[in-house]
Amino acid sequence: MKIQQSRADRAIHALISLALALIVLVTVYPIYFVIIASVSDSSAVANGQVWLYPRELYLEGYKRIFEYGDLWRGYRNTIFYAAGGTALSLLVTISGAYVMSRRECMLNRPLMVYFTIPMFFSGGLIPTYLLISSLGLLNNPLVLILPGCFGIYNMIIARTFFQSSIPGELRDAAFIDGCGECGFFVRIALPLSKAIISVIGLYVAVAIWNDYFSALIYITDREYIPLQLVLREILISNSFDTRSAGGGITNSALEQQRLRDLVKYCVMVVSTLPVICIYPFIQKYFEKGVMIGSIKG
Amino acid sequence: MSSSLRAPVLRPRKSFGQRLRLDLSRHWALYLLVAPAVAVIAVFSYAPMYGVVIAFKNFRPAFGILDSPWVGLRNFERFFSSYQFTNILTNTLGISLYSIAACFPAPVILALMMNQVRNKGRQRAIQTITYMPHFISVIVVSGMILTFLNVNTGLYGHLMRALGVAQPTDLLASKNLFSTIYVLSDVWQHTGWDSIIYMAALSAIDPSLYEAAKVDGASEWDKILHIEIPALVPTMVILLILRAGGLMNVGFDKVFLLQNGLNLDRSEVISTYVYKVGLINQQYSFSAAVNLFNTVVNFAMLALVNQIARRVGETSLW
Repeated sequence: MKIQQSRADRAIHALISLALALIVLVTVYPIYFVIIASVSDSSAVANGQVWLYPRELYLEGYKRIFEYGDLWRGYRNTIFYAAGGTALSLLVTISGAYVMSRRECMLNRPLMVYFTIPMFFSGGLIPTYLLISSLGLLNNPLVLILPGCFGIYNMIIARTFFQSSIPGELRDAAFIDGCGECGFFVRIALPLSKAIISVIGLYVAVAIWNDYFSALIYITDREYIPLQLVLREILISNSFDTRSAGGGITNSALEQQRLRDLVKYCVMVVSTLPVICIYPFIQKYFEKGVMIGSIKG
Repeated sequence: MSSSLRAPVLRPRKSFGQRLRLDLSRHWALYLLVAPAVAVIAVFSYAPMYGVVIAFKNFRPAFGILDSPWVGLRNFERFFSSYQFTNILTNTLGISLYSIAACFPAPVILALMMNQVRNKGRQRAIQTITYMPHFISVIVVSGMILTFLNVNTGLYGHLMRALGVAQPTDLLASKNLFSTIYVLSDVWQHTGWDSIIYMAALSAIDPSLYEAAKVDGASEWDKILHIEIPALVPTMVILLILRAGGLMNVGFDKVFLLQNGLNLDRSEVISTYVYKVGLINQQYSFSAAVNLFNTVVNFAMLALVNQIARRVGETSLW
């Protein structure tokens, strides 16, 4: 009986290991394929000769995109938006969350209701668009960072953190020592909250990095468009201008399409690499955010 | 006369106004800190809520929101009676339910499986890898789908030909497969990330439960069935309620990016429709009405599922 059971257990473990191996393979292979395809000969990729390793290291695609000014302008814009947006969002969200963690304020509960209602009701696309346009924010880069700078979910995560890790006794002691509210927040509460600040900062930065919808509806000036919209042109609309750079050799339509496909793989790598490379090192912060968020506040 | 302990009780109770003034003067610094958040929400969340009245008007930009003429429910009637209404509603609900059916259980199963990996280093590695796709932008994921599924030059075409299918079907041109492509790519991208919360719930299980199970001669399978799954149920219920509240919110992003003339019949959902009639065709009032209908249904669903969860189990949102 005992042996029978452990055999069943072993079977389950073997099955699970197999399934997990398969899952890892399915997760990794598409990403891996994009990387090897980006450095392979484009006709070899198009003919299905590239499966496991790149064929004849071919960097034409990267050469083309390095000469493609729009992409780098988009890149620069996105870095600015992500940096500025994250700073602004942290300022507004963290200080808001700190106040909401102080239950002794009379207006705490009404304010919480005030912040929660927009989670369930929103004006919707058109009223928001009309508002943005009447505020004169169309085509203004501020529109990409200002409207979303107070994230309600993020505020709740930070509030839970403040409540659980900044004890009231600490505050009482500081007040007795003559520290004011602002002094306590800036000099004591914030330094104790580096973990949550980095979690929320990372969330916001990734969200801005990957956002394209706000730019799609509010930004038409090419000077300001972020990376994701440039990617949309190349990846979805298939509109990379193959003659734009590199000597103006007239290729056949087939070759041009192959070059466009190659460029697609290259921009996928170039636009995603920063996030994917940094991410394993900061993964534990992201996880921490999810876990703090899951505690009911 | 009275002891010092009782003195505060004897003092007449302050009026609401007095207490508020005292609170404001004592906590003015805190209210200053929260002011930017209050302002941002007032302008960018509440002001558009007022703008929703255009759903009941015939909005003309030249007149502004206030002076545009009222039309009552005409915009809603137009939507309900339009030939696209049933189609869009079916697509939205269909994709949404399909997505819940696939994306909701997947992270639970993945978490249960990862939890069986005893080697901690290997477990971390699997987690790191499965979380990774979550950070790829929706544009890049859509780009990957479009290039991989290309019948002539993509991985899919080559794979099918290698398997001996001379003329593989063009998945991107098949409108019936649109929802499957949408849902499976979501599973690929988010299952790992969504499993974090379940991993946390699993790691919080009291070890004495496992010891007791061992004493009782429970198999691994018994432990999963009787210890681990019950431990995940409360989290699952909360996430399901939240999910129900977004039943009509099929994310705009990926649907919009994967839409093409051939699959539009099955890929037009409320959010893309709102965008097209509203911003592209500039039928502001009509689009706002469709959007409002969406919001109301969502909230009703959230309340309904929350109510059911409260009746059936103990877990609920409020």
